[in-house]
Amino acid sequence: MTIVFGLPEPVICATAGVWALLIVASLIVWGLRLRGPADRYEELVHRTESWWWMIGAFTFAIAVNTTVAIVFLAFVSYLALKEYLSLIPTRRIDRGLLLFAYLAIPIQYYWAAIDWYGMFIVFVPVWLFLFFPALMALRGDTHGFLRAVGTLSWGLMLTVFALSHLAMLLVSGEVHDPVAGGVGLLFFVVVLTQFNDVAQYTWGKLIGRHKVTPKVSPKKTWEGLVGGVLTTVAVAAGLGPYLTPMDWQWSALAGAVIGVAGFLGDITISAVKRDLGVKDTGGLLPGHGGILDRVDSLTYAAPAFFHFFRYFFTP
Amino acid sequence: MSRNPFIRLLRFLFFAVVVRALILLALGLTVRNRERLPKDGPAVLAANHNSNLDALVLMSLMPLRLLPKLRPVAAVDYFFTSRVRGWFVTNIIGIIPVKRGSGKEGGNPLEACEEALDRGEILVLFPEGSRGHPETLGPLKKGIGHLACARPHVPIIPIYMHGLGKALPKGSAVLVPFNCTVHVGEALYGSGTYNDFVAALSDAMTKLGAEEKPPAWE
Repeated sequence: MTIVFGLPEPVICATAGVWALLIVASLIVWGLRLRGPADRYEELVHRTESWWWMIGAFTFAIAVNTTVAIVFLAFVSYLALKEYLSLIPTRRIDRGLLLFAYLAIPIQYYWAAIDWYGMFIVFVPVWLFLFFPALMALRGDTHGFLRAVGTLSWGLMLTVFALSHLAMLLVSGEVHDPVAGGVGLLFFVVVLTQFNDVAQYTWGKLIGRHKVTPKVSPKKTWEGLVGGVLTTVAVAAGLGPYLTPMDWQWSALAGAVIGVAGFLGDITISAVKRDLGVKDTGGLLPGHGGILDRVDSLTYAAPAFFHFFRYFFTP
Repeated sequence: MSRNPFIRLLRFLFFAVVVRALILLALGLTVRNRERLPKDGPAVLAANHNSNLDALVLMSLMPLRLLPKLRPVAAVDYFFTSRVRGWFVTNIIGIIPVKRGSGKEGGNPLEACEEALDRGEILVLFPEGSRGHPETLGPLKKGIGHLACARPHVPIIPIYMHGLGKALPKGSAVLVPFNCTVHVGEALYGSGTYNDFVAALSDAMTKLGAEEKPPAWE
């Protein structure tokens, strides 16, 4: 593999492709705004502006070195956990304990950074799963105990454990991807997941009729889902052989895994929002909502793709 | 506040770097109706009070260019307990000290505040008087009403903040990261009696607080 500016050449080209797509999309949005009424495309304009920040940050993080990329991913986990803990009801007595929950992030990403898969895979689902309820029990307040344990464990699994698969993919994928390294795999799953979101949204807007989950997320349609997943499969089949050791058939299958997992992650966070009675998880990314609104699909797609790849493509 | 340029630079760096980094990384603010904040002094930002971070958060909402004009109003008895603490709140935070309860002795405890407004400064003021119970709005003190009626042309901006009482409540020294929301209200002006103004402000702040249903904190 050829390395240019510290990155494998295919990743450089694919990044350039993403930026080209962003510029074209921005020009279209700009054109729409010039033509249409000023406030009609307000959200779309904010959304596009936020994409510039997000794609800029991601490009910077993967371009510098692996450590910066891991710190960046850990920071995304931190923002997601902070947003989650701010949204859910919490007990006053658990305030200090939540500080430990934040501490789980650097530790979990450290296991990924040193490529210790055995610890990485058990730290949150075994050790923290056992540790936090016991700590809460020792504090002695049993009122709302089960809810506090349940919400904290689920939040840690989703925002820390699930998202940290991205860092593990980056580090452990290095030896298993002779085509574009771990960063090629990371790029593949992140870009396809985000692309899948946009594709499902666009197909849904264009031809969406039949609702998938009218109660949870009324804007999701079968047309959007199927159209989005098929588009993702097509792009994955084209990108996969270029960024990963998978041939186009396997890449297409990976695209389907990412597309469906992304959809499931999206509606899971939607269900949380419905339950809590909020529209957005936060206000961090204008036009998108909070960080959880943006990484919701990744919380499912990252582990799903990681274990798909690990099962079929690592000895 | 000090006229020493070195201390003024320290104050600027403290707010431009430390406070902004802290708020960006450890808290994360969502500001609703930011455009209602005053563009220049004189003005009063009147907010609910739950945490020692409140004043810092409110000051960070204003552009750094206005920092020399920003003056939180704070109680002498709480902040001047040691020399270091007194120096820090006077010179770095830039507070206007107010003696609690001194109105009953016949003086005007808010004289320094009125003078600051006459100089075009922006006061950061907590009408509840103290931090009270986390995440609830207590009864307002009358001082803000006297101030508003004494300077009826000065806009008083009601502000309600959610989440800071969780991040750093009274009685706790450890900051736990929580996202916070700041609701900025429409400016109010002093007219009628001070009691009317306090009632109107209390009403406005309660309404702002109800704009969003924060998660339970029990």
